Amino acid sequence: MNPNLNLWVIPILPLAGATINGFLGKKASRPGVTAVALLFSGAALAWALIVAARFSSLTLPYHEFFAHWIRITGFSADFAFYLDQLSLVMLLVVTGVGFLIHIYSVGYMWDDPSYYRFFSYLNLFMFFMLTLVLAGNYLVMFIGWEGVGLASYLLIGFWFTKDSAASAGKKAFIVNRIGDFGFLIALFLIIKHFGSLNFDQVFGAVMPLPSESAGAGLLTAIGTLLMLGACGKSAQIPLYVWLPDAMEGPTPVSALIHAATMVTAGVYMVSRSHVIFERAPAALTVVAIIGTLTAFFAATIGIAQTDIKKVLAYSTISQLGYMFMACGVGAFSAGIFHLMTHAFFKGLLFLAAGSVIHAVGGEQDMRKMGGLKSLIPWTFLTMGIATLAIAGIPPLAGFWSKDEILWKAYQVSPVYWLIGVITAFITSFYMFRLLYMTFFGDYRGAQPDAHGSHGHDAHGHDSHGHGEPHESPMVMLVPLMILAVLSLVGGFVGWGNHFEHFLAPVFGTVEPAAEAASNVTEYSLMGVSVLVAFAGWWSAYLLYYRRPELPQKIADSLDGLYEAVVHKYYVDELYAVLFVKPLIDGSTRILWQDVDRKVIDAAVNDAGDGARHVSDEARHMQSGNIRSYAGWIAAGAAVVIAFMIWMGMDAR
Amino acid sequence: MVPSYVPLSYYLLLSGFLFACGVVGFLIKRNIITIFMSIELMLNGVNLSFVAFAAHWHALAGQVFVFFVMVVAAAEATVGLAIIIAVYRTRETLNVDQVNLLKL
Amino acid sequence: MNFHLILFLAFGAVCVGGAVNLLAQRHPINSALSLIAVMAALAGEYMLLGAEFVAAVQVIVYAGAVMVLFVFVIMLLNAGVEEHTMGSRIAVLLGVPGMLTGSVLLAWVVLQHSGTEPVPIGALPGHPTDIAQLLFHDFLLPFEVTSVLILIAIMGAVVLASTPEAAAGKAD
Repeated sequence: MNPNLNLWVIPILPLAGATINGFLGKKASRPGVTAVALLFSGAALAWALIVAARFSSLTLPYHEFFAHWIRITGFSADFAFYLDQLSLVMLLVVTGVGFLIHIYSVGYMWDDPSYYRFFSYLNLFMFFMLTLVLAGNYLVMFIGWEGVGLASYLLIGFWFTKDSAASAGKKAFIVNRIGDFGFLIALFLIIKHFGSLNFDQVFGAVMPLPSESAGAGLLTAIGTLLMLGACGKSAQIPLYVWLPDAMEGPTPVSALIHAATMVTAGVYMVSRSHVIFERAPAALTVVAIIGTLTAFFAATIGIAQTDIKKVLAYSTISQLGYMFMACGVGAFSAGIFHLMTHAFFKGLLFLAAGSVIHAVGGEQDMRKMGGLKSLIPWTFLTMGIATLAIAGIPPLAGFWSKDEILWKAYQVSPVYWLIGVITAFITSFYMFRLLYMTFFGDYRGAQPDAHGSHGHDAHGHDSHGHGEPHESPMVMLVPLMILAVLSLVGGFVGWGNHFEHFLAPVFGTVEPAAEAASNVTEYSLMGVSVLVAFAGWWSAYLLYYRRPELPQKIADSLDGLYEAVVHKYYVDELYAVLFVKPLIDGSTRILWQDVDRKVIDAAVNDAGDGARHVSDEARHMQSGNIRSYAGWIAAGAAVVIAFMIWMGMDAR
Repeated sequence: MVPSYVPLSYYLLLSGFLFACGVVGFLIKRNIITIFMSIELMLNGVNLSFVAFAAHWHALAGQVFVFFVMVVAAAEATVGLAIIIAVYRTRETLNVDQVNLLKL
Repeated sequence: MNFHLILFLAFGAVCVGGAVNLLAQRHPINSALSLIAVMAALAGEYMLLGAEFVAAVQVIVYAGAVMVLFVFVIMLLNAGVEEHTMGSRIAVLLGVPGMLTGSVLLAWVVLQHSGTEPVPIGALPGHPTDIAQLLFHDFLLPFEVTSVLILIAIMGAVVLASTPEAAAGKAD
C-alpha cells in the first residue's frame, strides 16, 4: 500500500500564492509580492522533488483521492490525482522550469506597474497546469486544460490597454475553444461507451478491444477528436494561428506557457491516451501527418520572420510538430523526451530573447539588432548553447531527443523521416540566422539618445533611460545559466534508451529485437542528422555573416514565394475571410438585427404597446355617461340570460 | 259552466312585453325619474311572471315572492328618489347625460 | 272564446297601452300616470290568476304609495319636458321597429314551442291565510330581513334628502 503523498498540495500551493497576490498584491510592496510568488512556486517545486525522491519506493500507478465530485448512477468522477512515470516527468518539468521562469520574471517585470497581477496570473497558471498533469481522470484534466487556456488569455492580454494584446488574448482563447470542442465530444463518447472518465477504468476497458485497422470506428473517432483538442492547445495545423499572436504577452509568459508547458499539454494528453491511439491506427496516422506537416510548414515560415519572438514562436510550433510526429509513429516516450528537452532549450531561448530585448530597450526587430555578442556576453553564451541544442548538434540535449524521433519515424515510414530531416535542416538554418542577425555584425539598432522604436516589450524598460545595450541583472541571468546547463546535459538521460526504459511501464516495453538488428541503420541516420544540422549552420553563417547581401538577392529571385512566406502563407487572412467575416456578418445581420431586435425586443415592446392599446380602447367604457353604463349593463345581462338559456337547453 | 282558461304562454308574453318596454325605456330616456319608472315597469313585468307560474304549478311561494319583490322595489324607489333629490340640488338638472363626472 | 280570455285581453290591452305610453310621453308626469294605469291593470290580471291578496297589495302599496311618491318627487322637482334631440329621434326611429320585430319574433317562438298549458280562471286562490302561513313559517327569515331593509332605506332616504343646513342644524 502506498503512503499518502498528499499530491493535492502541489497544485494548491501556487493557487494560494495566486489568491494572496491577487487580493493583497496591489497594496503590497514589490519585495512582498515577490516573496509570496516565489515562496509558493518554490514550495511546489520542493514538494515535487520530495515526491520524486520517494518515487522508487512507490507501487505505481499511485492513486490519490481528494474529494467527491460527481456521483450519479452510471457515472462518477471525483477529484482524484494520479502519479506514474509520465506524470512525474511532466511534474518535474512544469515545477522546475516554472520556478526558474518565476525567478527570471522578478527581474524582467520589475518596472511594470501591474507587477503583482503578473505573478498572481503566473501562479494561477501553475495551479492549472499542475492540475492537468496530476489529474487522475479526464474531467480533472479538463479543468486544468480549460484553466491553462484562461491563464494564457489573461497573460497574453496582460497589457490589455493595447489593442493588439487584447485581440491576441481573445484569438488564443477562441481558437483554443475550437479544439476544446473536439476534446469535449471525445469525452462524451468515452462516457457513453466506457461509463467513466477515470484513466484506469477507461484504459482498462479499452485494452482488450481489437485494433481498428479498418479505419472508422469508435476508438478512431475518440482519437481524432482528442487530437483536435490537442491541435488547439498545442498549436498544430489548422489551429496554430494563435501562437504567433500570443507573442504580444510578456516574454516570460511566452517562455513558460508557449514553449515549455501549456502547449505541451496536448502532447501529454495524447501520450496519456496512448492506449486508445494504439488501437486506432487511422487516428495515429492523422496525428503523425498533422505533426509532420506542421513541423515542416512552421519551419518554412520561420525562415522569413524578422521579429525575434515570432521566429521562436514558429520554431515552437515546428518542434511541437516533431513531438506529435513521434506520438503518431507510436514512439510516445520519444515524444515526451523531446518535450522535456524542448522545455529546457526553448524556455532558455525565450528567456534569452527577453534578455536581448531588455538589453536593447524594447526593440524586437532583428534587423535593428546585431553586434551584441560583446555587449551582452552571458546572454550570448546561453542563447548560443540553446541554439546548438535546438539545431540538434551533439552532444547537447536536442540532438538526442530529435534523433530518437527521427529514428523511430524512419522505422514506420521513410517519408516521415525525410520530411523530419529537411525540417531539421531548416530549423538549424533559421536558428543560426537568428543568432547571427542578433549577435554578430554591426549594431544596427537605434542610436543611444533616440528611443525611436520601442517595440512590444517596452513597458518595463522605459524608465531605464540607458544608452548602450547592457547586460541583464543577475536575477535574470541565473535562470538562463541553469537552463543552459540542462540543455547541455539534459539529453544524457536518453543515453542507452534509459529514458525509454523509465517510461516503459507507461507506454509498453521496448522491442529489443528491432533495435539490435538495425544498429547500423540507426548510426547512419544519426550521422545524416548531424550532417544536416551542420549544413544548416553553415548556410546561415554564409548568408548572414560572410555574405550578408545574399539573402536579399535570394528573396528577390524567389519573389512571389518569398512574399507568401513572409506573410505566413496568408493563413490568417484566409481564416478571416472563411470564418471570421461570415460569423461577424451573420451575427450582426441575422442575430442582432433580425432575431434580437425584431423578435425578442419586439416581443417585449409589443407586449407593452399592446397592453397600452387595449387599455386605451377599454378606457372608453368608463365615460361617466350614465346611459352608456346602462347600455353595458343591459348588454351584459342579455349575455348572461342567453347563456343561462343555452345551458338550460343543453340540460334538456 | 264553460271551462275558461287562458294559456300560460299568453301571460308570459305579456310579462315579457312589459319587461321589454321597461328595458327600452331604461336605455332611451334621458329624464332620470322616467328611467326609474322604467325600472318599476320591469319589476312589474317580472311580478306577473311569478304569479303566472305560481298558478301554473300550484306553488303559493310564487305569490309570496311577489310580496318580497314589492318590498324591495319600494325600498329602492325610496332611496333612489332621495338620491335624485340630492343630485338635483347640486346639479340643477334631471338630465342624466349631464351627470357625468364619475369617469376616468 | 271565453270570459277568461276576454277579461285577460282587456286588462292586457290596458297594460300594453300604458307601457307604450310611458315610453312615448315626454313629460314625466304623463309617464307616471300611465304607469299607474299599468299597475291597476296588472292588479286585474292577478285577480284573474286567483292571487287576490297580491292584487290588493299591488294597488295599495305599489300604485298607492310608491307611485304617489314618484308623483310627489316629479312635482317637487318641477321636472320639465324632455327635448327631442337627434339621439332621441334616432332611438325612436330604430328602437320602435326593432322592439316590435323582436316582440313579434319572441311571441311567435314562445307560442310555437310552449304549447297551450291552460291556466284556468282563479287557478290558485291566494287567500291571505294561506299566504300568511307561508310568509310567517317558511319565509320568516326573508320577511325579517326585508323589514331591516326598509328601516335602512328610510334612514338612507332621510340622510340623502335632507338639506345641508338642516343637517348642520341637527348637529348643534
